[in-house]
Amino acid sequence: MAKHETPLLDELESGPWPSFVSDLKQQAEVRAKNEKGVEFQIPVDCVDDLLGVMELSYKHGRTHWKHGGIVGVFGYGGGVIGRYCDQPQAFPGVEHFHTMRVNQPAGKYYTTDYLKKLTELWDFRGSGITNMHGATGDIILLGTTTAQLEEVFWTLTHDYNQDLGGSGSNLRTPADCLGSSRCEYSCYDTAALCYFLTNEYQDELHRPAFPYKFKFKFDGCPNCCVASIARSDMSFIGTWKDGIKIDQDAVAKYVENDPAYPANAGAFKGSKDWGPFDLEKEVLGLCPTKCMKYENNKLSIDNANCTRCMHCINVMPRALKIGDDRGLSILVGAKAPILDGAQMGSLLVPFVEVNPDNDYEEITEVIENVWDWWMEEGKNRERLGELIMRQGFQKLLEVTGIDPMPQHVAYPRTNPYIFWKEDEVEGGWERDVEEYRKHHQR
Amino acid sequence: MAFISTGYNPEKPMENRITDIGPRDHNEFYPPVIKNNKGKWSHHEILEPGVLVHVGESGDEVYTVRCGGARLMSTTHINEICEIADKHCDGYVRFTTRNNIEFMVDSKDKLEPLKNELASRKFDGGSYKFPIGGTGAGVTNIVHTQGWAHCHTPATDASGTVKATMDELFSDFQDMRLPAQLRVSMACCLNMCGAVHCSDIAILGYHRKPPMLDHEYLDKVCEIPLAVSACPTAAIKPAKQTLANGTEVKSVAVKNERCMYCGNCYTMCPSMPLADTEGDGIVLMAGGKVSNRISDPKFSKVVVAFLPNEMPRWPSMTDAINKMVEAYASGANKYERLGDWADRIGWEKFFEVCELDFTHHLIDDFRQQAYMSWRQSTQFKF
Repeated sequence: MAKHETPLLDELESGPWPSFVSDLKQQAEVRAKNEKGVEFQIPVDCVDDLLGVMELSYKHGRTHWKHGGIVGVFGYGGGVIGRYCDQPQAFPGVEHFHTMRVNQPAGKYYTTDYLKKLTELWDFRGSGITNMHGATGDIILLGTTTAQLEEVFWTLTHDYNQDLGGSGSNLRTPADCLGSSRCEYSCYDTAALCYFLTNEYQDELHRPAFPYKFKFKFDGCPNCCVASIARSDMSFIGTWKDGIKIDQDAVAKYVENDPAYPANAGAFKGSKDWGPFDLEKEVLGLCPTKCMKYENNKLSIDNANCTRCMHCINVMPRALKIGDDRGLSILVGAKAPILDGAQMGSLLVPFVEVNPDNDYEEITEVIENVWDWWMEEGKNRERLGELIMRQGFQKLLEVTGIDPMPQHVAYPRTNPYIFWKEDEVEGGWERDVEEYRKHHQR
Repeated sequence: MAFISTGYNPEKPMENRITDIGPRDHNEFYPPVIKNNKGKWSHHEILEPGVLVHVGESGDEVYTVRCGGARLMSTTHINEICEIADKHCDGYVRFTTRNNIEFMVDSKDKLEPLKNELASRKFDGGSYKFPIGGTGAGVTNIVHTQGWAHCHTPATDASGTVKATMDELFSDFQDMRLPAQLRVSMACCLNMCGAVHCSDIAILGYHRKPPMLDHEYLDKVCEIPLAVSACPTAAIKPAKQTLANGTEVKSVAVKNERCMYCGNCYTMCPSMPLADTEGDGIVLMAGGKVSNRISDPKFSKVVVAFLPNEMPRWPSMTDAINKMVEAYASGANKYERLGDWADRIGWEKFFEVCELDFTHHLIDDFRQQAYMSWRQSTQFKF
């Protein structure tokens, strides 16, 4: 018998999509029965109370959670989010219900051994409710009491070789697409770079010393499956400098509508019939730079005019392959709208090699130059993108020592209000007015 | 419920402490076929909705079955995922950026038993535990935030709006009939932990009332300077207030017309709650994307300024989403993302074909960039 009546939530059990309500209910039941004999360290009925407090929100149209103030584990300034219920008498099981962010593995691959250890720990010391995964990428353990935080952290670090993720004004848990582990489009090993930088910058991740949050995301190619260009202060997007590789025999198969060569790798094998594949219309016609030709049954690409948008490769993955001279582009400053409006990442480094052998030196140099500037000049709660807006892209180039190039802009400025620096103007700004007056009467 | 210690000693927190070890090494978690072929994949194909094959240069194949899942997930459910992965996938599984679960097998004959197993499992309430889909030119899982399950500033629920929307769009999760992929995202307040600002369709919780002020308690439970500095629009200032009983207390004053209802003050100061039954609801945005394919990445645009919270299934919201999806499905060209389609036909046509009202709230008046969105041309459609 359920502890709380939940008539509104119950309506979210029907329908085909996995119901979180059904899942919470089964979890409440599993805890109540406790067939595994778990010595629960937080109230056994916390999931019943979570359902109860959510039902109340569904009734009121208002949340019943309070922000948690300062809770955490010793020496870390992030990784734990305090959370309290504002109806603790009615729902004592969730009176204290803090979140722990656990740094997910790159690519979000798991062994079941690891996951089962994690669920065992979270049943024992927490609510058994998680997010797989949070918006930034972490494994989110949702709901435990203050006394359990150090205990969970101890077990994670001592027994699971596993650390917490970031929160607050620090480096947030970096996240990547699955990269070359299972994708032929990936121009670099996103997981290796994500893992390296996460470890390299553990101090920045755990101990808030930044003006505000800072996010790294790693996309293997310009398809941007992990949305780095929209969601990370520093976005690492795979690219290449040489030509797209063409397999003319495979191109012919696509042209012939060979069933083993479906358009866009089969992405259109649904209930709508789009008709036969048409290379001219679907590839050449949609190429943003019109740099492709198909003549005498031969596809050619003017690679110098290709902007690597991925469309042709996405459409014909068996015929077209990314180039061999691979690296990544770094874009900076993306963020969600608060405050001055959303910002997309702006291109800072068009191409850099991804070289694990020198510990990605060319990349860490850019990161650290950017951080030095932002930590010196950034105001409290000012994201990197906003600092760039305030002090200018030119300033960003200056502090990173990167030469300006036309790739940095979509188009040159439309106003001539150039603020020259004194040392850029021949002779400087100090002049002798008396000398001037010798030739120009008052 | 006796307290069981791990060995951690609160008196000596540094004793035997391990810190700064980072995440687990992903290499430990790769299935053998992934480990063996990493960086050497030749191509891939979506065999049917939710089922992919990746072929290595070696000729090795990995078959992936993608399943939807609620990101709010119990350990019981994770254990069930493990049970299936142990039975079919040699104890390996992965999750996608969009909260899907991927089960991988290394040969085609293992595919059908896995698919049957996944499709057969349902919750007691009747919903699928592991619906197969979310690939190609269809709708995939919704990335979202905490909502009323765990957050202090949401203007709506996240899990509930997502469940209601995915139930409506379910056939498109299991089909690939759309002109291109359609990414739906959800964030439960304008802080956008879910970063929905570049999604084909975005569901956004939105408050419309400035915070209430609990003057009697404010100075006792809050650091006033922190509450003042938390405000992104500088709408809050310290102020002496007189309580009903005549006592003068230190508190704050809010310039209501400057408030953008972000709730950042409430994060710092629990005496400034802003949730409100009538004030809170849903904004819908559309036309964003993150891919660089064909056209540049672009921001989503606000297409519905406000819909009330209609618990538990938000029918006005799902109705508006349905209209957009259907208009897009019938109007866009192959490969055309929703935003590219809207740009091509013109946003004036978008509102017409989606049967959405255009109101004054949809014209940007926020700071300088607002100008960029007005029409500086005589080219428009009647």
